[in-house]
Amino acid sequence: MRKLFVLKTIGFFEEAGRIVILFVNTLIWTFRPPLNLKNIVLQMEYVGINSFFVVFIMSIFIGMVFALQSFSGFQKFHAEAFVGTIVALAMVRELGPVFSGLMVSGRVGAAMAAELGTMKVTEQIDALNTLATNPIKYLVVPRFLASLFVMPILIIFSDIVGIIGGYLVSVYILDQNSEVYKKRTWDYMELEDIYIGLIKACVFGVIIAIVSCHQGFHTMGGAEGVGKATTRAVVQSSLLILISNYFITALLF
Amino acid sequence: MPRDDPKDLHPDGMIVIRDLFKSFGENRVLQGLNLDVKRGEDMVVIGRSGSGKSVLIKCIIGLIKPDRGSIYINGEDIVPFKEKNLNEMRKKFGMLFQFGALFDSMPVWENVGFGLKQHTELKNDEIRDIVKEKLKMVGLDGVDDLMPSELSGGMKKRVSLARAIAMEPEILLYDEPTTGLDPIMADVINELIIRLREKLKVTSIAITHDMVSAYKIANRIAMLYQGKIIEVGTPDEIRNSNNDVVQQFIQGRSEGPITRGK
Repeated sequence: MRKLFVLKTIGFFEEAGRIVILFVNTLIWTFRPPLNLKNIVLQMEYVGINSFFVVFIMSIFIGMVFALQSFSGFQKFHAEAFVGTIVALAMVRELGPVFSGLMVSGRVGAAMAAELGTMKVTEQIDALNTLATNPIKYLVVPRFLASLFVMPILIIFSDIVGIIGGYLVSVYILDQNSEVYKKRTWDYMELEDIYIGLIKACVFGVIIAIVSCHQGFHTMGGAEGVGKATTRAVVQSSLLILISNYFITALLF
Repeated sequence: MPRDDPKDLHPDGMIVIRDLFKSFGENRVLQGLNLDVKRGEDMVVIGRSGSGKSVLIKCIIGLIKPDRGSIYINGEDIVPFKEKNLNEMRKKFGMLFQFGALFDSMPVWENVGFGLKQHTELKNDEIRDIVKEKLKMVGLDGVDDLMPSELSGGMKKRVSLARAIAMEPEILLYDEPTTGLDPIMADVINELIIRLREKLKVTSIAITHDMVSAYKIANRIAMLYQGKIIEVGTPDEIRNSNNDVVQQFIQGRSEGPITRGK
């Protein structure tokens, strides 16, 4: 039992170490020309454009339900007018970044791990090496840059859609005054709220790309291995997103 | 102890391997392997599945780092090489993978032209011309724009072979070139390997357990057993070997020294 615990602990640190090493190597290769623009654009399209629809649906419903819930709570002490404030702050500070991060890790992280994992087990990554091409440069850097640049855009989009969702429910279903709602939305919003949301977006983007690519690179066995790698990529990146989210909030707000 | 100059070890040795060791955990795969491959010859390494043939070939091209030992390519030991030097060295190599290992996200022509695209300044049109020529060399025509998933097993291998020769390598490595193919397609691949050797003057190492193929393509055959090369010789010498292990393997008998006590 104790031996198993020790082994698991060593395994954990080994994996964490490998992820950090991959991150450092990715940074090094990012700054080594040339950049493969075609691959970066392809990945941005994949990470970004194809995620907009799911993020839209997700955000509008989060904004809507949050308005509904906070209205029924605030009503008890006649503070309904602050629904707009709480929806906007919650969306921009936490809900937008975290939920988008989780959604993208499930959608894009899983796909990255599965694609790279399949390439690993079918020797395509070995083939890249034999063609004198570094797999980190060719495969990880474009995914890393795409996630890094697209996540902030996705999260701003998510914030806006969530706020609109809250507005729609408050004004058209709960009969709040439209002007008051808008004013309350903007009155308490500070620039800091937005840029911390963006910092979170970048960090989450990095986590998703690096963790998923790492899992892909270390896939063993056939189809089963690819399945396991995909699951691990989503679980690890989701947990890391939630954990890092707490620390960013604690340090920066 | 001063290291022998590999040029003295074998004056025309293109690839000289000395005391190669590689273990994976408890599993000792290569245990002091020695092998000399002469310039322009086709060396076929035979051995059972799991005997370490693939590990050997992956050590030669730097995909796996050996625990100990030396691999001299053109007189230069590549084992201590770092990434940058390894990649320079790899440009001299072409490798045919067992299942082709074609990049399934890109069409045939981009697969074949991958090395050219990455390492030369050639324009797409020029690359396509070279690709066409290489595909013709492996007997394929009009498949340039197909995706790998649309190809049969034999075609995949030939496209992979075209990719391996696209950069005009000095050394070709074949990982089980005929495994998984029907006998006719296997022979097509064998003929191709011979033709490429004659036409491109490449040195090649093939690993296989297909004896038909080994006899056909080899200038010399080496038998890998228990992590070492136990016998090297021309196909005739191997066929007439006095070694019981070699005889059991080439005749494909289930009874014999290899399987005794297992």
